[in-house]
Amino acid sequence: MYPPLPNPGTGPSAPKFGEKDLVRRSASTVTPPAQRQTQVAKLIDVSKCIGCKACQSACQEWNDLREEVGTNDGTYNNAHDLTPASLTVMRFTEWDNPETGNLEWLIRKDGCMHCEDPGCLKSCPAPGAIVQYSNGIVDFDHTKCIGCGYCVKGCPFNIPRISKVDNKAYKCTLCSDRVAVGQGPACQKACPTQAIVFGPKDDMKKWADGRIADLKSRGYKTAGLYDPQGVGGTHVMYVLQHADKPEIYAGLPNNPRISPVVELWKGLTKYTGLAVMGAVAAFGFVHHMIAGPNKVSAEDEANASKLAGGKS
Amino acid sequence: MSGNIDSGGRIHPGDPVVVDRYTPGARANHWVTAICLILLALSGLALFTPSLFFLTGLFGGGQTTRAIHPWIGVVLFLSFSGLFFRFWKLNLWKREDGEWIAHAGDLVAGHEERMPEVGKYNAGQKMVFWGMSLLIIVLIASGLTIWDEYFFAYTTIPTKRIAVLVHAISAVLIISVWIVHVYAAIWVRGTMGAMTKGQVTGGWAWRHHRKWLKDLVTADRQR
Ligand code: HEM
Ligand code: SF4
Ligand code: SF4
Repeated sequence: MYPPLPNPGTGPSAPKFGEKDLVRRSASTVTPPAQRQTQVAKLIDVSKCIGCKACQSACQEWNDLREEVGTNDGTYNNAHDLTPASLTVMRFTEWDNPETGNLEWLIRKDGCMHCEDPGCLKSCPAPGAIVQYSNGIVDFDHTKCIGCGYCVKGCPFNIPRISKVDNKAYKCTLCSDRVAVGQGPACQKACPTQAIVFGPKDDMKKWADGRIADLKSRGYKTAGLYDPQGVGGTHVMYVLQHADKPEIYAGLPNNPRISPVVELWKGLTKYTGLAVMGAVAAFGFVHHMIAGPNKVSAEDEANASKLAGGKS
Repeated sequence: MSGNIDSGGRIHPGDPVVVDRYTPGARANHWVTAICLILLALSGLALFTPSLFFLTGLFGGGQTTRAIHPWIGVVLFLSFSGLFFRFWKLNLWKREDGEWIAHAGDLVAGHEERMPEVGKYNAGQKMVFWGMSLLIIVLIASGLTIWDEYFFAYTTIPTKRIAVLVHAISAVLIISVWIVHVYAAIWVRGTMGAMTKGQVTGGWAWRHHRKWLKDLVTADRQR
């Protein structure tokens, strides 16, 4: 068992990280702090998950959210998808393992991966609406969000959801408010099987190694850690029984990265675009200075009179 | 009526001769379109680059800027459609337009007398017209695709990524075309009157749109 995090004291305590620990801020440049905090990570061991959804309930409880009562779509998926009120959902897959002939029930807890290189933050046009702390947490600041939905386009994992109520983007915060006082995320605390553990990222990787060795000893030859390097690694990682096929876990992307279309939109298009508009305006300015105005001459008017004068 | 004029044009003799160029309807239509385009450029550029995000202040903040921009786009589309149906015929490409383009360097260098005579619109104006028409179609199509408040469910996220890229690029292009359009109206003195008072002087028409003027005179004589 991974040693549980101790409960915090009852007295007030200063948050362990804040504005001064920002490494990235949407639509802004920040000078990263000289000292980076210990990188944290949440490790989700899919092989240990029993699908009880205690984490989903804990998430709603802690964040004071209530999902609407939904409908049964014939699966255990409920809510059926992430929503502004369901920042995490369990995705159930029945997978027929062709090698063993076994039916495997794959249950993946979906939610924000807290990418080291977050596509949401890269896309966001509103200064400070998305921030990344030096411990790796990617958080949304709803007071600054304008509801444009660019983060939805930027995210390689299809995570942010825009609320129809207040037109702001919502996603898992990794319980930044709890982590700030030394707690783990609410989901982790509620998980009865320790399928979710939380701690320094290095420790989580080591813990995962033990889990992977265990799975391999039980015949899961391709068990492994999901910490995709295409987005610089993530601060939410999975232990997968079949790490060579992440897509069987309800479409977990294999080799996710920020879409090249998004890179082009947020990169070359901005610089070239501003340069082109600036150049066209500058051409007009310079041309006017050199050539002067194109004026109608008295001769032109006389010619027009002559032409029109033939009338009446 | 010859191929170079429409029904709005009349000649008023005097000193100088004054020529009607745009009806009050056409001018109102033009200015609604122009205001929409400027508001769209300001609200769009605010989201385009962080250095211009402060422009959201003009629209009452980020949320309202985001919400209002597509609606202005719809008004622009309808309003521009009006202009399109008013002006498309005289913007059809003619034989002299190729020649005009070949001499465009002379125009910029101040030798307009070497240019071929043209009708109500020269090739430059025609390119602005067709460029704007095409870009507005691309902008409304891509804009609707990324109007997530109402249309999120109709397209996939990869499609929306392409749409937002296309929207940003065509916005840059239409703003550039718009700068050329406005600059031409400022540089060629006497042009603004066409869209403010609806009239230009005979000399202006003689200098810049001689075929149009000649045809107007002919049409006037036949009346
Ligand atoms: C014709 C109808 C149009 C529609 C329906 C439309 C819609 C949109 C939408 C939905 C967005 C995303 C932000 C938001 O939700 O407000 C957007 C962004 C933008 N629009 Fe439009 N728009 C239109 C026309 C225009 C025009 C004419 C221009 C330029 C003059 C323009 C320039 C921009 C720019 C620069 C952006 C930001 C793109 C970026 O962030 O890279 N739009 N538009
Ligand atoms: S919806 Fe909000 S958080 Fe998402 S990109 Fe737009 S402003 Fe940023
Ligand atoms: S998973 Fe999506 S929403 Fe979460 S940090 Fe990565 S890009 Fe942003």
